[in-house]
Amino acid sequence: MIELENVSYGYGSGELLTEMSLKLAPGSFHFLTGPSGAGKTTFLKLLYAELMPSAGQVIAFGNDVRSMTRDDIALLRRRVGVVHQDCQFLDHLSLAENVALPLTVADREIDTRELIELLAWVGLKAQMDSLPPALSGGERQRAALARAVIMAPDVILADEPTGNVDWEMSLKLLTLLVELNRMGKTIVIATHDMNLIRSAKAQVAARVLRIKGRRLHLAGADL
Amino acid sequence: MKRYLVLARAFLASDLQSDRVVPPSGFTARLTVFAAAAMAFLAVFALALSFAAGRLSDRWSDALAQSATIRVSAPQDQIDRQVTAVMGVLETTPGIASARQLPPEETQALLAPWFGPDLPVETLPIPALIELVEGGSGFDAEGLRLRLQAEAPGAVLDDHDRWRRPLVAAAGRMKTLATGSLLLIGAAMAAMITLAAQAALAANGQVIRVLRLVGARDVYIARAFVRRFTLRAAGGAAVGAALAMIAVALIPAGDDAGGFLTGLSFEGGEWIWPVLLPLMAAGVAFAATRAAALRALKGLM
Ligand SMILES: Nc1ncnc2c1ncn2[C@@H]1O[C@H](COP(=O)(O)OP(=O)(O)OP(=O)(O)O)[C@@H](O)[C@H]1O
Ligand SMILES: [Mg+2]
Repeated sequence: MIELENVSYGYGSGELLTEMSLKLAPGSFHFLTGPSGAGKTTFLKLLYAELMPSAGQVIAFGNDVRSMTRDDIALLRRRVGVVHQDCQFLDHLSLAENVALPLTVADREIDTRELIELLAWVGLKAQMDSLPPALSGGERQRAALARAVIMAPDVILADEPTGNVDWEMSLKLLTLLVELNRMGKTIVIATHDMNLIRSAKAQVAARVLRIKGRRLHLAGADL
Repeated sequence: MKRYLVLARAFLASDLQSDRVVPPSGFTARLTVFAAAAMAFLAVFALALSFAAGRLSDRWSDALAQSATIRVSAPQDQIDRQVTAVMGVLETTPGIASARQLPPEETQALLAPWFGPDLPVETLPIPALIELVEGGSGFDAEGLRLRLQAEAPGAVLDDHDRWRRPLVAAAGRMKTLATGSLLLIGAAMAAMITLAAQAALAANGQVIRVLRLVGARDVYIARAFVRRFTLRAAGGAAVGAALAMIAVALIPAGDDAGGFLTGLSFEGGEWIWPVLLPLMAAGVAFAATRAAALRALKGLM
């Protein structure tokens, strides 16, 4: 699905990520951990082409992202659902409109019944007409997850999807992601919540990647 | 042509949802409408000025073409000889394109208002009239007078219409200036709309980033802005042009003697131009906003 080959990246002053290689196989489930500031968000941004690697290659669905046009990148983002760490909503649109936004910008028909079903799945049916600033952190994260899956993408990247929620809600969100993985989606979750990773390992065959010392390591069974 | 109609229809009818993705922006909206209205108002006057100057210049040039006549008054038996002498002089005078003696019918037509149509011209000692058509940079009237005096003492050069020559040049210049003003107004409007569009794009940086993140193509994002500014510019220009057209229509009409000021109006088919102004404003806004939007988007991933 998405492949990294010796990818390096830095925000100008020195390298943040060095020579990282990874193959995201279809249907795989990955966790990405590492201390705050290690570069987890940066790594995910390389996967959905918000950032271009300063060295190496990112190959998404068979194409080098650096050779993609701006329109190609827009189309890539329709195939990769992203739960952003800071959610990124349009504050003047209702929750339902925000969740349906990927369909709107793709000029696709919105099936209201399916939209309501999706909102019910993340437990936000009652809040569908609320504006994003009026939502709690957990509600925003569930809405972000709903928006990430509405285009039925092949890959879902979730950046700290449980950052703002209590343990119970974290488990619920994890269950949603595991459900999506059982449906065949490729999942990457960036988190520093070890308990979450342990709970997941009981449910799916998840691999754990760790960013440490600017490099990507495959974490062992030491969790 | 058909393709453009389809495009235009898609553009106008494009779903409201695509408009809603960008929040309404009160300030830049009002600024654009006002600028378009003011510019259209000015453009209507520049247009009227251009047409009026054009008409004036045409009318005066026609008058200038027959700007001078030579009257030969002499006893009946000398008149033909003197006319021949005058024609000889004219042939060697620089700045005269052609000259011809008016035949009796035309002379009679000229005199008819005073003496009636039945005047027996042939039997009266009426002076012969020679009409000159100026060419190039005009002729030297004083020099011609002196030469005529020597060759044909009965010939009198009458060039009282020639004073209009600088006026025709001025009217032509005025038309050029009015046309130049129109171009400037169009350019100023493009500049203003570009600024307003840039302000709107900058104010909506976060919105644009979110739209890009969820897979919106550049043209989709640009469309939301372009549609707005185009409709606003067209609406503002329609109001401004309508007000200015009413103002022009209300300028009191005068006769020819009223001259220039009362000539500031549109005649017949000329009305189509101020009516087209909102369309032109829409075109300018479309191009300016699209360019600004695509340029701004290039900077974002
Ligand atoms: N746009 C940017 N410009 C410059 N530096 C940046 C930018 N974004 C992130 N950084 C820096 O890069 C480093 C990695 O940031 P990143 O957001 O990838 O970390 P993270 O692992 O996601 O952290 P967290 O767990 O806190 O979310 C940080 O030191 C951050 O300050
Ligand atoms: Mg992060």
